[in-house]
Amino acid sequence: MASKKFLYINRRAPHGSIYAHESLEVVLIGAAFEQAVTLAFIDDGVYQLMQNQDTGGIGVKNFAPTFRALGDYDVNQIYVEQESLELRGLSKDDLIPLTYEDEDDDWAEKDSIHVVSSAELADIIEQQDVILNF
Amino acid sequence: MSVLHIVNKSPYERNSFDTCLRLAKADSAILLIEDGIYAVQKNSATSSKMEQALGNHPVYALQPDLQARGVNPDNMIDGISLVDYDGFVKLTTEYDRLQSWL
Repeated sequence: MASKKFLYINRRAPHGSIYAHESLEVVLIGAAFEQAVTLAFIDDGVYQLMQNQDTGGIGVKNFAPTFRALGDYDVNQIYVEQESLELRGLSKDDLIPLTYEDEDDDWAEKDSIHVVSSAELADIIEQQDVILNF
Repeated sequence: MSVLHIVNKSPYERNSFDTCLRLAKADSAILLIEDGIYAVQKNSATSSKMEQALGNHPVYALQPDLQARGVNPDNMIDGISLVDYDGFVKLTTEYDRLQSWL
């Protein structure tokens, strides 16, 4: 079976609904089937990647550390919309630093997160075969 | 009659925060919980609304909800008070009515 390009669009904040957690579960399953996976974080979805999330006080599972596993599943195309960050008073420094080891470049550690403009993200959306929304 | 207005939705996803600000009278207070706490952030698209609200109302935010979402209190607009769950309960006893903008 030819590999298809899958894009997962995440637009919800992490703990107010189940969407964000479910998306991450589906992404990990999709990655296990060796599909080409790209993630996009738009609108309140950018909050999913906030550093220092500690859910001990609200009694729900903290799934944010699981994002760090994505690199090991060859999920390293993670796009965050610049406009969404700016509206929320955030920058890339507020996000979990996600990296992967590039097998084509002597396993050099590289950033998985790319902050892109709306125009760049629009192009990325057009290049996909399958788009799933959460 | 004093009212405690509770907002639990992100100011970017719903209009609950705007509606609350429009309809809260001057002697009432605002408590941000769950995704409502995203309205505390400095230098954001909603910060001027919040700064204006602070001129008219005491504003509280639930600390465990900030911590869960990785929102640093250092990046919170000046004048907002953090409360824990005990503080939340205490607030509900201090006001005559609770209004949750679901």
